[in-house]
Amino acid sequence: MTKKERPDNRKLDEIRPMKMKAGVIKRADGSAQVEFGLTKVVAAVYGPRQIHPRHQEDATKSVLRCRYNMLPFSVSDRKRQGYDRRSTELAKVITEALEPALFLEEFPKTAIDVDMEIVQADAGTRAAAINAASLAIADAGIPMRDLVTSVAAGRANKELLLDMTKEEEDAEDAVDVPMAMMPRTGKITLLQMDGIVTPQDTEKIICLAEVGCKKIYEAQKKALLEKYGS
Amino acid sequence: MDKEKTIESKTLSAEPAKIVVPGDILKESMDILPGTGTFRENKNIISKVLGIARTDGRVISVTPLSGVYIPQRRDYIIGEISGINFSNWSVDISGPYEANLPISEVNGYIERDADLSRYYAVGDIIFAKVNDISKTKYITLSMKDPKARKLTGGFITELTPSKVPRLIGKAGSMITLIKERTNSFISVGQNGRVWIKGEDDNVALQAIEMIEKYSHTQGLTDKISDMLDKALGKPKEKE
Repeated sequence: MTKKERPDNRKLDEIRPMKMKAGVIKRADGSAQVEFGLTKVVAAVYGPRQIHPRHQEDATKSVLRCRYNMLPFSVSDRKRQGYDRRSTELAKVITEALEPALFLEEFPKTAIDVDMEIVQADAGTRAAAINAASLAIADAGIPMRDLVTSVAAGRANKELLLDMTKEEEDAEDAVDVPMAMMPRTGKITLLQMDGIVTPQDTEKIICLAEVGCKKIYEAQKKALLEKYGS
Repeated sequence: MDKEKTIESKTLSAEPAKIVVPGDILKESMDILPGTGTFRENKNIISKVLGIARTDGRVISVTPLSGVYIPQRRDYIIGEISGINFSNWSVDISGPYEANLPISEVNGYIERDADLSRYYAVGDIIFAKVNDISKTKYITLSMKDPKARKLTGGFITELTPSKVPRLIGKAGSMITLIKERTNSFISVGQNGRVWIKGEDDNVALQAIEMIEKYSHTQGLTDKISDMLDKALGKPKEKE
């Protein structure tokens, strides 16, 4: 299965070249930059801090507020700036993917703001955004149960693939399954699917993504330790 | 503050500090207890934060390398008066929660309908004690403490709150070194605010910036001492 090669000469279960760096934004409490091939994301975390507007406050836990945004020049046709249906939905699913990993109950009446900017998009932006956000949260010193890692797997041209590019995703029979998990316990926090697949293939795709997540986990750990020179 | 000092003194002699990331399994044992910055999951003790892990007897704890200030009772903090209400001052203590200083916690008798800004005006800097934290995170400060005072002149800089024990050093060795060499008054709040007033205050500021940057490395006192020597020249022998 791993023999055949893809447009960019990768193996079927190979992740694009990754670049991860923690602490890229000085004014944020925590930040990170993540690249998967041509996909490039910057994430910044602020907080825990006072919550505004005050009616959003929760007396029992901190409120996690994520913002996902694509910059106008991140895609080939200039994207109109600002929120749209897609970014609002992604912000919601990313919040739900990160929430189980955080000890939010330690900071009642506060907000944790996570901003993710897609600088360059070539498929898999939500996965890259989750990886960057998770690094940025750890960099901000916010208590976590585990890092959250994410990758998309799927199918294109009858092959099951890991970490597809935009080119592959445009195939006739394309299936896209973004997944996020906490690798230590193996708990899945995000699982979406776009396309039609058999249950057997779905299982295979999830397994593929799981293996990918574990590889990304190591890269994330390395990025955090590199900030402190070890 | 005394508790922090004892933690600091033990780490300097113990094995080299190890940097861990959230989710790292620190130990698989039921005999060891999870300390601050860690939690237990079944048999494993796991790190909650990015920080430095250390074992102290039966307890494993992780000191975070970043993070906000969460007030503790009896902490001394440096706050800035941010507002005046009928019977209390609002104080910004840098962190997610705002604190309050009621008139009952200020020395002396305050007349009814007195102009409270004559005691503490908005923008004044105070060195105060955290008196109490309610369950709803209502924080009261007190100036009725021998150490509490208004800080006039000088300037404020900020340090990551978890690095404050590093700035103070073993039994206050680091802070005394900086104070003596730069001939400055320095007050450190547990909330990470540092007040500096004195002769070579810019050198003291540099030293604090260095502690912020290299707090996770070993032999920090020597590094700071070298830096002070370079900036101020070797200390004169006492006559």
